[in-house]
Parts: sequence; structure tokens; C-alpha cells
Amino acid sequence: MKQFLILLGALAWFIEPAAAQKKPAPKAKSTTPAKASAAAKPAAALSPAALAPGKAVYSQYCLTCHQADGGGVDRMNAPLNQTSWVLGEKPRLVKVLLNGMQGVEIDGEQYANVMPAFDYLTDQQIADVLTYVRNSFGNKASAVSSAEVKAVRATNKK
Amino acid sequence: MKSTLSRYLLLSTALAGSITLLALKAEDKVVADADNAGLKLPAGFGALVAAETGGRARHITVTPQGLIYVKLNRPNAAGKGILMLRPTANGKAEVAGAIGSYGGTGIYSTADYLYASSDEDVYRYKLNSKGEVANPAQSEKIVSGLINRRQHESKSITLDKEGNIYVNIGAYANACQVNDRQKGSKGRPDCPILDSAGGIWQFRADKLNQRYANGTRYATGLRNVVGLDWNAQANQLFVMQHGRDQLSDNWPELFTTKQSAELPAECMYALKKGDNAGWPYLYYDPAQRKKMQNPEYGGDGKKEATGNYLEPAAAYPAHTAPNALLFYTGTMFPEKYRNGAFIAFHGSWNRAPEPQKGYYVVFQPFKDGKPFGDYEVFADNFAGSPEKAAAGRPDHKPCGLAQGTDGSLYVSDDKKGTIYRIVYAKK
Repeated sequence: MKQFLILLGALAWFIEPAAAQKKPAPKAKSTTPAKASAAAKPAAALSPAALAPGKAVYSQYCLTCHQADGGGVDRMNAPLNQTSWVLGEKPRLVKVLLNGMQGVEIDGEQYANVMPAFDYLTDQQIADVLTYVRNSFGNKASAVSSAEVKAVRATNKK
Repeated sequence: MKSTLSRYLLLSTALAGSITLLALKAEDKVVADADNAGLKLPAGFGALVAAETGGRARHITVTPQGLIYVKLNRPNAAGKGILMLRPTANGKAEVAGAIGSYGGTGIYSTADYLYASSDEDVYRYKLNSKGEVANPAQSEKIVSGLINRRQHESKSITLDKEGNIYVNIGAYANACQVNDRQKGSKGRPDCPILDSAGGIWQFRADKLNQRYANGTRYATGLRNVVGLDWNAQANQLFVMQHGRDQLSDNWPELFTTKQSAELPAECMYALKKGDNAGWPYLYYDPAQRKKMQNPEYGGDGKKEATGNYLEPAAAYPAHTAPNALLFYTGTMFPEKYRNGAFIAFHGSWNRAPEPQKGYYVVFQPFKDGKPFGDYEVFADNFAGSPEKAAAGRPDHKPCGLAQGTDGSLYVSDDKKGTIYRIVYAKK
């Protein structure tokens, strides 16, 4: 079993898209990520198979702006690696997909482009892609379930 | 007596001449870096890192005295948004002063004034006989209240020879959709953005406190122009438009990701007052060389645009983001470069998942004030390697261009703040 887990871990590391494209550390990082990951439950390593559906959603809807390595685009599209918004509270993150986002300063940086709403994705698709994002690009945070997305959507005010 | 006097005169003239020559020699000795600052250049050209500013160096200008002014995207640690660089030895320069507390993109200089823009306003500063800002505290606001909704916020500027200043006001949208960048969202009828943005506005360069009402919408239907310059031969304004994004993301049933990476072209336009380049109703297909109806307005990738819109003067690869345009009038470079255009391509992001492209300076030959023949990549490898360029993770992003007093070409980089100087030295 232990060997299997190690193998899984190695696999997960390998499929990490473009692991070589390291984003230079963004300036003025807030301390929120540390707090956020402390608040989150210790995440179990997710298998590539578990991340595959989310990766498919990411490739179709997110990759153009946030890029294959999740590093975003300087001053235009927000990065998804090691940011408080991705690693922090899940309902806030779910709402970003449901409502879109614009003009919000993220860890000390402004991003010019609009993030459109993706409310047409299903609860399962949103859960999958957020689980993928929270466990890719060097991120490690708990999975998001479709029930959690459903709950946020039920009370979501645009 | 007469001959003695003339001899003295001759002698002093000769002396003065040789002193000038010496001074010029010391000043002109430009030494290219052994690795040409990491750039790939045509034979006979060299490059050096003239300075490291440490800021996000957007546009750049050189005064007749050789002082360099750099506009930073946001104020540096000292709270200053414009850097003044003074030439030092071997063609290098160093930061010797700073003014302005605002970030922005535009900067332009004449013998008498320095012009600079924030993302809402345009300022000017009186220059003294040495090209220095005489009184940094005394900025004069010539235009204010220009729209800034984050997207396409840069207010790039240039002047003509008749005292007019041209300001880009970028459209705060991708394609004027009801919901910006939303999949399947239709275009707003009679796009209202064009009333206050999506074009080039003309103001007087010598009049203070102008607002929209004092200016003229010189040309419209331009999504976002960051690079623009006045062409003295044609006596005409030329601009580089950033074409629309996300054809495939927003209209997947009409465009593949591969098509979306190659559409539309980044276009150069030669403008006359009243021109309309057609954004958001059309995009330019470089393969078909046709203006096509945008899908937000009923297009399907096959339907040509209707309406009387301006033809581009030249077209370049999609999404490569032309951030600076400079007509070269110097004599240092070989004859073929004279009156041609250099264009700094900041580099793409919207070609993903296809490899990214750009991060280079292009030369576009001109003849009689019009593009003539194909462009060529002039200075390449700002990215650091082909892999970094393809991944969209470049080391440097060329953003501004300026011509030095000796005809050198300066390139600013808004990723790390490097100021490059490209020189020609035929061996």
C-alpha cells in the first residue's frame, strides 16, 4: 500500500503540466496562503485519475487565460498557484466561478482582464475543476465536492 | 595683421573642432555586450544592456541632449513613476532622477517639453536647455478624466508637427459583449463603448485642463492601441491595434483552438481623421486577407464584414501584442532602415494551448510613407530561450522603443525593467 502511494505521488508529480515553467515569485505576497492552508484539512494526495475530470474542464474553459502552468498572465489574468483565493475558503472560490470576478486585488497585484461567470458549468464540473486547481501547479488543498458547490449556488447572490 | 588674425581664427576653430571631436568620441564610444545582451540580431548589429531600472519600464523617450526618460507602469519603491537616465561611459546610462507619482505607459519628448500619461490623465513638464525637467514639482495637466476600467488602460501618446497630441483610449472590453468574455454572449448593438473609448483622441499639446469635450475622437473602431507614432514622410498617424481575444473560448462551435491562436491578425493602421477600423464588428483574417464579421455580431468565421471600414496597412501574427511603434529616422543603421518602422511585440498569452509567440522587435520596411514588403524579426530572444517564449514565461518583454541621438535603438522591457540599446557597427 505504501509503495502504491509513493508510486501515485510520483505519477502525480510527473503529470504536473509544465512543471518546468516556474512562475517568478509574485511581489507582495500576503501571508494569507499559510493561514488558509492551516485552516484547510490536511489534504490527502489525489490520484491522477481523481484529477482527470477537473483537468479536462480546466483545459476547455480555463487554460487560455490562466495558462497551462496555472501561472496566469502578468497584470492581466490572475495566477492560480499559491494564491490565497485558490487555497483559501472554498465558498469564496466557488463564487468566483459562479459570478466571475473583476478589479479585485489578489495578493497585492491588480489584474486587468475580466473573469467571466461560469455558472453554466454543472456542480460536478465546478467541483472537479476546483479540486484540480487546488491540487495542481504546486497547490495542495482539500478537494471540493459537488454538494459544496450546490450549497453555495443555492445561496449565491450575484 | 589680417593674415595673423585669420591664422588665429583658423587655429582656434581647429582647436575647438578637435575638442568637439574628442568629446564626441568619448560620448559615442558604445560598446556592445559580448553576448549582445542576450538578443539575436542581424549581422553587423550589436546590443548592450544600457541600464537596469528595476521597474516595469513601459514607454521610453530620448531628448535631443541624450537624456532618457522611462515611464513606469506603477511607481517604484520611492513612489516615482518617471525615471530620468543620464548617459555614462561605453553607451550605458544610469538613473539620475525621478519625477511624477503616478504609474502609466505614455511618454514623449520634444526639445521643450516632456509629456507623460497616467491611465487617466496626460501631463507635461517644461524641459530646460539640458533636457532636464526644470521644475519637477510643476507638472501641468493637459488632459484629464479619460476612462480607465482596468482593461486596455494604457494611455499611449504621440505628437504631430502641428502641436496636437494623440491619446489612445482602449476599449474596456474584448468584443463589446453584453457580458465581457462570456461564452456565447452577444455583442451590444451600436457598441456604446465607442463613445468614450476604443479609439484615438486628439487634443492640443499646449492647452491645459482639457477633458473629453475639448478633444476630438480622431479615429474610432480601434480595440486597443499601445504602439503609435507620427510618420513624418506621410505626415500621418500610424497605430498598432491589439486584436480581439478568445474566438474559440467564446465561440467553440465556430472556431477551433488552433484557429483561435492564428486569428485575428495584429494590425497596423494608417489613420486619417474620422477613420473607423471596425472594432467590435469585425476582425482581420491574415490568411484570407479579409475583414470578417465578428461572431458577437452574427459572424461565423466565413462571413465577411459589411460596412465601410478601414483596411489595415499591414498585418502581423495574432495575439503578439504590438506595444510600441517607432519610425526610424536615424543614420546609424543602414539605408534600408531609414523611415521604416520598428515594432515591439510584447508577446502573446491568448495563443494557448498553442505555443506562445512574440517577445521580439520587428522591422517593417516602408517606402514613401507606406509599408513596403514583408516585415522581418529584427531583435529576437527577449524571452531568453525559444522554450520560455513558447511557454509564455519570458525573461523580458519588449514594450517601448526610442531612437537615440546617434541613431541607436532603445528598447524598454516592462518585465524586469531592462533598457536595451541596439547599435550598428559594420565591421
